[in-house]
Amino acid sequence: MAEHIIELQDVTKYYDDNLVIDHVSFYVNRGEFITFLGPSGCGKTTTLRMIAGFDLPTSGKILLHGEDISRLPPNKRPVNTVFQRYALFPHLNVYENIAFGLKCKRVLNTYQNEKGATYQKKERLSKKEIGEKVQKALALVDLEGFEKRSISTLSGGQQQRVAIARAIVNEPEILLLDEPLGALDLKMRKEMQLELKEMHRRLGITFIYVTHDQEEALTMSDTIVVMSDGMVQQIGTPTKIYNEPANTFVADFIGESNIMNGTVVGNRKVKFCGKTFDCLDDFELNEPVDVVVRPEDIQMCAPEDGTLVGEVISVVFKGIHYEITAQVGKYELVINSTESREVGKSIGMKIAPDGIHLMKPKYTTNVFDGVITKHNAVRFAEGEFQCDVTQLYPGSHLDDEEYLITAEGEKIDLTDVEVKVEVGLHDIEISDDADAGGTTGRIISIIYKGDHYRLIVRTEKEEEDFVFATDDLWNENDLVSVIIPPEKIKLTLKHTEEKKR
Amino acid sequence: MKIPRFSRKTLCIPYAVFLIFFVIVPMLVIVFYAFTDKSMHISFDNFIRFFSDPTKLSTIVYSLVIALITTVVCLLIAYPVAYILARSTLKKKYVILMLFVLPMWINFVLRVNAIRELFNLLSTLKGLEWLASANYFKTVFGMVYDFLPFMILPLYTTMLKIDRSLYEASADLGASGVTTFLRVTVPLSMPGIMSGITMVFLPSMTNYVVSDMLGNAKVTIIGKFIYEYFGSDWHMGSMVALVLLIVVFVSTWFSGGFKSEENVRGTNL
Repeated sequence: MAEHIIELQDVTKYYDDNLVIDHVSFYVNRGEFITFLGPSGCGKTTTLRMIAGFDLPTSGKILLHGEDISRLPPNKRPVNTVFQRYALFPHLNVYENIAFGLKCKRVLNTYQNEKGATYQKKERLSKKEIGEKVQKALALVDLEGFEKRSISTLSGGQQQRVAIARAIVNEPEILLLDEPLGALDLKMRKEMQLELKEMHRRLGITFIYVTHDQEEALTMSDTIVVMSDGMVQQIGTPTKIYNEPANTFVADFIGESNIMNGTVVGNRKVKFCGKTFDCLDDFELNEPVDVVVRPEDIQMCAPEDGTLVGEVISVVFKGIHYEITAQVGKYELVINSTESREVGKSIGMKIAPDGIHLMKPKYTTNVFDGVITKHNAVRFAEGEFQCDVTQLYPGSHLDDEEYLITAEGEKIDLTDVEVKVEVGLHDIEISDDADAGGTTGRIISIIYKGDHYRLIVRTEKEEEDFVFATDDLWNENDLVSVIIPPEKIKLTLKHTEEKKR
Repeated sequence: MKIPRFSRKTLCIPYAVFLIFFVIVPMLVIVFYAFTDKSMHISFDNFIRFFSDPTKLSTIVYSLVIALITTVVCLLIAYPVAYILARSTLKKKYVILMLFVLPMWINFVLRVNAIRELFNLLSTLKGLEWLASANYFKTVFGMVYDFLPFMILPLYTTMLKIDRSLYEASADLGASGVTTFLRVTVPLSMPGIMSGITMVFLPSMTNYVVSDMLGNAKVTIIGKFIYEYFGSDWHMGSMVALVLLIVVFVSTWFSGGFKSEENVRGTNL
């Protein structure tokens, strides 16, 4: 079994009042090339900074070889970082930059005195030792002869190499790389990817890499940690993450995907796009699922041979393959194929069982904590919504003064009573008009599900999410108001059951 | 007919005229006066008189020492202030900065007068009588009070420009707080230190208003000297001015002030 060199245990981090890391736990094996992958703001850089020691976790532990280092300052940790914008010292030349860490280092040397007893002394590295190490590091990054150059005369790629040399010269146990190739052009980036991979192989130390570029992550990593919203979405090898995404976020973020709603209709049979398919995943009968099909897993055939029949509505040449979009009923499917098809032509499509991935829908309903304000309104997610409070007490009704009278005739004042609010995925509408709904928020995610879009609207202050389906296309980051019909708001009393969120 | 073209170079003419009439010509006049006698004949008499007169030489030394102490004290006070302000994440830090700079907006003579009155008042207190005759102390105090903002501002702006990730990089490479300060913060704030020194050291050698008012007219600095000579003997006055110019030039040269553009600007504001 591989040794866990570093382990995060239930780490949570708040910046001021913003939750940026939400109960993250995972481990890294010694010698592994692990990548934190996710969109910007997902918490990947913060996680790296906590491992480096620049940020301290609000709660939780970071273990190095099983020892808690969460409170240790950066200079006491056996890790080194390659910074996003290199952070090379502008007042030092290439040699001095690389030697910086070595000059800070104290090594324990063992000596023998005249009586033969051994004693240890903490000493600085000698000039000669430092020189040799710097030369070795320079050779590793192909920058021999650059010792005397000033940092400002180097190109971006060369600065990048100096930054790597400056970190690895200290022989860290873990090398942290924070989007190190972000500032380089495409060709240079590809070259550096291979070089870093080769460096990892030669040095044999653990690399923790942060990127938002899924291709980079797939190319370089042994293990990928997909993150979003401060949470780990999936941990696995690149193949596993690509072929068996854990949820629709991962499927959507890594590579291209067709994501549709489906229903399990039998033993390893799923129905979507109006047809039944064989699949490999086992779910309960009649369970609603998200179906993910990679564009290259759809095979085109003659219309009469296909499980699905559709019409080609666009063809885009992508170099190695064509990206063909087909309309199947009200669904749009994307197909990657080396063959082209004419627009307007009818085609058949087949999907092999191993090309169909089923996953539990992440969202089946929206749940909020609410407080009854007036007799027929509930406050939650920064807004106030009309609702029907009589549902809280079966058989109750409102009297003339709008007080609730229970079936037993008891009069209850519901003001300030805490309730659990539930709203279905299909019971929410949004509008451009900020005053039209009970609350407002920004659209933070749009996932196309073949025949509709799944949106997430997040309120701005309390960051409550509304998840729902809509047929209309909206833009991400739009400010919209949320409309919920009163009869669709399901209320339950809080004190009678456990808080769910 | 040739139409004179208006180019960007034309815009330089006013300044060039100013430069010629108010910088270059006066400079030549000073050199001329310094090396002539009263009958306008070339003479090294002033030069010899200046360097053979111990009072003049000691004035130069005193001026240098006062300026040096002022600069060092200013630097010692200003550096921590600038460092803490530049690195703090306080939202209202500009208010604190403004409080340090605010005295600059009050008339200089008024401020020096206020300090004099304050010292007069303090010296009447029991145990503080020594203040009445501590002329050098009061002069340096007044200079420091006066020039402190000129030290803080360049330091603060330079330190503000230091990329925070450099501190992180330093800690990441194993440097302790002290090492980071000595090997990253100080070298990178050098341009600010240099311009702060230039802004404080030079004026405090010549600002005789402070030394006159706070030093009971017992402290003579080089600026006072020049002022006095130009009342009677322009030739000697010019010589003293020329010597001061050379002293300044040499000290700037040694502090590396001519090396980079940033420093020549005097201040990084």
